[in-house]
Amino acid sequence: MSSAQTLRQWLTSDVPTSRRQAKLAALYQAWLAFRGNLMAMIGLAILLLLVFTATFAPWLAPHDPLAQDLAARLQPPLTEGYFLGSDSLGRDILSRLIYGSRITLYIVAMVTLLAPVVGLFVGTIAGYVGGWTDAILMRLTDIFLAFPRLVLALAFVAALGAGIENAVLAISLTAWPPYARMARAETLTIRNSDYIHAIRLQGAGAMRIITKHIWPLCISSLVVRVTLDMAGIILAAAGLGFLGLGAQPPSPEWGAMISEGRKFILDHWWVATMPGLAIFTVSLAFNLLGDGLRDVLDPKDGSQ
Amino acid sequence: MALADTNTKGRRKSPFLQFVIKAAKTLGAIAVTMLGLLFVTFFIGRVMPVDPVLSVVGERATKEIYDAAYIKLGLDKPLIVQFFTYVIDVIQGDFGKSLRTGFPVSIDIKRVFPATLELATLGTLIGVFVGVPLGVLAAVKRGTWIDQVARVVALIGYSMPVFWIGLIALLVFYGILGWVGGPGRLDIFYEDIVPSVTGMILIDSALAGDWTIFRNAFSHIILPACLLGYYSLAYISRMTRSFMLEQLSAEYVTTARVKGLKESAVIWRHAFANIKVQLITVIALSYAGLLEGSVLTEIIFAWPGIGSYITTSLLSADMNAVMGGTVVVGLVFVCLNIFADLLYKFFDPRAK
Repeated sequence: MSSAQTLRQWLTSDVPTSRRQAKLAALYQAWLAFRGNLMAMIGLAILLLLVFTATFAPWLAPHDPLAQDLAARLQPPLTEGYFLGSDSLGRDILSRLIYGSRITLYIVAMVTLLAPVVGLFVGTIAGYVGGWTDAILMRLTDIFLAFPRLVLALAFVAALGAGIENAVLAISLTAWPPYARMARAETLTIRNSDYIHAIRLQGAGAMRIITKHIWPLCISSLVVRVTLDMAGIILAAAGLGFLGLGAQPPSPEWGAMISEGRKFILDHWWVATMPGLAIFTVSLAFNLLGDGLRDVLDPKDGSQ
Repeated sequence: MALADTNTKGRRKSPFLQFVIKAAKTLGAIAVTMLGLLFVTFFIGRVMPVDPVLSVVGERATKEIYDAAYIKLGLDKPLIVQFFTYVIDVIQGDFGKSLRTGFPVSIDIKRVFPATLELATLGTLIGVFVGVPLGVLAAVKRGTWIDQVARVVALIGYSMPVFWIGLIALLVFYGILGWVGGPGRLDIFYEDIVPSVTGMILIDSALAGDWTIFRNAFSHIILPACLLGYYSLAYISRMTRSFMLEQLSAEYVTTARVKGLKESAVIWRHAFANIKVQLITVIALSYAGLLEGSVLTEIIFAWPGIGSYITTSLLSADMNAVMGGTVVVGLVFVCLNIFADLLYKFFDPRAK
């Protein structure tokens, strides 16, 4: 990059001089398109705030999330020292929400690491290898797709025992099939293209073709789908927590907090309301972001 | 769900033979899916628990009781034999006995399923009657504030935790305003008065001509049904919008406009007529989704349906009931999916 050029010019150049520049320029273009979408930017901002909150929880929270103070139980919001009120054991709801963001992020991260990766593996292998492998893998996918997700997750947690890791596992087990379907469809369209034949003639093995040449092309639609699904995943995790099958008390998981507040809903509405608002905000943010990403990365079924 | 891969290669066969082969393939695929479903529930119920006997007899059982249960569950036989025994039992409608209620699971399910069906049906009706016009309107007024409002309404629907909004709705409409009935299907003094014909109280009370009970049942069902309806509305309105947009940009719509048809005729008689099949598929899918999605709603509203049945059994480690409930919900889910698929193939000539 010559010194006279600004970074912006370098990024928007029509004639990239290196592969890296071309890649970065494409990213920059996507970012420009994305930036124009107000709703998506709001979603992104909320999620960045969530990550910030989770990272700096000990510094942000005014109280220990587990510290009980029975003298100050069920304080309404805006009470001195309890901005969002306190719960039935006198724990500060705001602090619990702040620490709870860590659990939400943990669930999001774990499911993101599990479900799409499994789906990508199964889908690309089925699509690339074809034949019997394809038939068996896709039938398996159909079976899992046919199952109602929450009920399956419930049954899994029931068998494995309650707990946050098992909730993550159960949700992932029910979440991977759509990704496998998608990855397979993409693989089928890519599989017979000329460049794949060229690579095969150069002697590349199946493993290399799948990981190096098919996966990168599946990623963008997968990212959109995962972002859009994330709201559902957060709701499912909170639902399991609410039923007492996810994170166990006294952990400040948002769904479990709603379930605790349920007993006092008529007289002390805030105990259940606040964590619900938190769940709603985060899943809305994922939906907004996913909608925006779809418009940018996957314009064929964009909504605008 | 792609149930049958259409095989276009090979020699030409007679239409009848083709039909038979296709039907056999579809039936085969359904059978395999059902078998897989049973395998998964079997796996969950019998293989995954560390000790399935303990979950039946409890931790303080004596050695004799334990051994008897061990034999009775057939755990001394190989897994594959156990699985086939399970499949044969299920085909005969035998899901074992519920430890919590003491009744056979199949009888329990027959009792609770109509409640869920009633709720999900009303929810779907609300979703269709609000969602479809909203979606059509959003597509026609694309890019205007109406479209934006419809988009936000749907996004909120996708993002709201149902168990939370259910609680808040109960608090506001029952606790504070007193507009609707509380949790449960009926006020307690109305229970067990109308003879149970279908198990759905709205229909039963209407059949018996008892309108006091009908009104009471309606005041109880309306809130959870509206909530479920909102969820299905979110999905149905988005799908309707995108189907409509596709049609409205087609050339035949321009032709219809050019020849001077009224806008309402263009929209409803031309464009909408072409999305009906797709729409029915979407509605069937959303119906299936509601049958499942009602699990959490049922808990909040103390609705004695299959969702509450599964969860309460689950919390008391009643694996037979959980497995039975899961299989039944799964079967209904699969059937609705297949139904949607067949409908699509049957009515839409392009899918052939």
